[in-house]
Amino acid sequence: MTRLRRAVHSPAALALLLTFAAGCRQTDPNAVELRFWAMGREGEVVQSLLPGFAADHPGVRVRVQQVPWSAAHEKLLTAFVGGALPDVYQAGSTWIPELVALGAAAPLDARLAAAARADYFPGLLDANLVDGRLWGVPWYVDTRLLFYRSDALRAAGWPTPPGDWDGWRAALERIKAQVGPSRYAILLPVSEWQPPVILALQRGAALLRDDDTHGNFQSAEFRAAFAFYLEFFRRGLAPASAEGQIANLYQDFADGFFNATITGPWNLGEFATRLPADRQDDWATAPMPAPSPDTPGVSIAGGSSLAINAASPHAELAWQLVDYLTAPERQLEFYRLTGDLPARRSAWAAGALADQPHVQAFWQQLQHVRTPPKIPEWERIATTIARYAEAAVRGDLTTDEALIGLDRDVDRILEKRRWLKQQRSAVSYQPAATPLADSRWLMADGFATT
Amino acid sequence: MIAEATRSRAGVLFAAPALLLIAVFFFLPVIASALLSLTDVDIYAIADLARLCVVGAANYGALFADPLFWTALRNTALFVVIAAPLSVAVSLAAALLVTAGAVRLAAVFRTLFFLPVVTSLVAVAVVWRYLYHPRFGLLNYLLSLLGIAPRDWLGDPHWALAAIIVMSVWKNFGFNMVIFMAGLQSIPLQLYEAASIDGAGAWTQFRRITLPMLRPTLLFVVAMTLIGNFQLFAEPYVMTRGGPSNATLSVVLYMYEQGFRWWNLGYAAAIAFALFGIIVALSLLTRLLARGRGAEAA
Repeated sequence: MTRLRRAVHSPAALALLLTFAAGCRQTDPNAVELRFWAMGREGEVVQSLLPGFAADHPGVRVRVQQVPWSAAHEKLLTAFVGGALPDVYQAGSTWIPELVALGAAAPLDARLAAAARADYFPGLLDANLVDGRLWGVPWYVDTRLLFYRSDALRAAGWPTPPGDWDGWRAALERIKAQVGPSRYAILLPVSEWQPPVILALQRGAALLRDDDTHGNFQSAEFRAAFAFYLEFFRRGLAPASAEGQIANLYQDFADGFFNATITGPWNLGEFATRLPADRQDDWATAPMPAPSPDTPGVSIAGGSSLAINAASPHAELAWQLVDYLTAPERQLEFYRLTGDLPARRSAWAAGALADQPHVQAFWQQLQHVRTPPKIPEWERIATTIARYAEAAVRGDLTTDEALIGLDRDVDRILEKRRWLKQQRSAVSYQPAATPLADSRWLMADGFATT
Repeated sequence: MIAEATRSRAGVLFAAPALLLIAVFFFLPVIASALLSLTDVDIYAIADLARLCVVGAANYGALFADPLFWTALRNTALFVVIAAPLSVAVSLAAALLVTAGAVRLAAVFRTLFFLPVVTSLVAVAVVWRYLYHPRFGLLNYLLSLLGIAPRDWLGDPHWALAAIIVMSVWKNFGFNMVIFMAGLQSIPLQLYEAASIDGAGAWTQFRRITLPMLRPTLLFVVAMTLIGNFQLFAEPYVMTRGGPSNATLSVVLYMYEQGFRWWNLGYAAAIAFALFGIIVALSLLTRLLARGRGAEAA
């Protein structure tokens, strides 16, 4: 501290500092700084893609800030509240409705060219549409499908993976019979909401009803999917332990503690590097089996999108950055750097990705993906689903109790949404007759039901 | 008269900076969050203040009807009831052990016992997760030597809270131990000498001298431990995230989830005030009990 002060106080140092300061100002008379937040590993790797953008845009400096995934969601919301949101940010596609509700994202319909729009997997682009408008551009994709031990499946009498639920369960039963009581056929981490939700989407269950204002978990479709999900545990095919209790997913998979799991593309790279060399020929991927043999099995559409801050003063430049990063050649390069699967079909074609053994199943799966309800409350609802599913798996609740409780809790979560809907329709259908009394009635109605 | 006024004005002036800081950084936020707890501030309201409603006590009403809040409260109460006496007993025993002249290497033990307190909780949690591992954990291995079947400590709803309690007591008892040590050192040695001349054994000495003389320290430790335990957050947040089946969901963890994960700030503020009420009530109760006992003894 003292040494620093002394250094600054000496006239020579002061002169030097001033020269530096002046120097900076001279080289960049009106440099624009574009702030960009990217999460986790992507935030690290994206730096190496940026020199090309810098070459096309002299005078623009892109400042990338890397945000860890575990803090990303909170940080985006906090930044919005504090007015510190960057010009461009990466967001999980399920967060888009939340960011739209906040007014934190700018609409992109007018910016995304029609040709590019048609190039994205439709199911993924759909995840970025809220109320019919586009708010994010898919950057890389995420969906879930089966990773399995091909040797175990072959030994159970299935040279190719089963395509429907009956075959799936029969194969798992055979594997379980062969591996014995202390090992399992499949791992479905009970703290995850994705497996039961994917099964429900496969049965065509509408998770919410009345324009996404009420839970719809007692429908016949959801009930059937939920029962099928619980059967994995009831029959001992899957261990009923929380995700955290798998010490090392890869070790346990290599040891045969479990022989299949439902997971996403980030594990392609992990399985390739973390499984021992002599196990590398024993694992494979397959699209999700379907409830009936004549339909494809759907999975969930996810991944990350790039969005533009609605309040950004550099919206045009921000879009150019998004456009640059989502171009097919960059997506392909990004795949080579991170293993993240491209969201554009032309990038897949250019890299011949669909021909690669483990990636191929993802190409097939991505043709059949569905988006979970696109409302800001979804993450909360998803956690509630996981909570009830876990209670049912453990036998703390019967199937009926779980589904009734789920509907009740989800209805409570959606209370404000119902109120907003009512208010909006009241405004449009009963113009200004008794606005005060009207809103008071709505408020009372909205909250008396708690 | 004038001198008095000047002096008191001087006093106010001297205290003013501190009072201002407390007002801005303590009372203002507390008042703000009290008001917040009467509204339904959520992400819709953050986006557009027109969507904010003043709901009065509705948040508190909803809280009483919320099964998760009751689960969290039950877990927290269970944690307090078991962990607090355990923690006080363990730290008192440790303090007696390291202050007793008979124990060699007392300084080493003192340091060792205090070590967990200064260790980062996250690092501790990672190590304890290994100890608790159902298949490779040291704990299950030791139990298997005694012929006890292995348990999924953190994955089984019946055991997870117990596992958190053990870890938390281990992590925190060193702090109370230091306070007890200070208390023990202030007890005059002559009392023990006199007692042993009168033929009092170690147990009698502990009951008749140590405990009564430690009373103020004990009360302080109990109060601080109770308050600290009610605010249980970091241990379940790092170890279990409230799982399995919400068996380790604490009130503060639930507040955090509501407030910073789902942005139901109004509801989260109501949870905070409910917890505040409970802690105040219990602190008063402890004091009343202590005073009653004190009067009885006198």
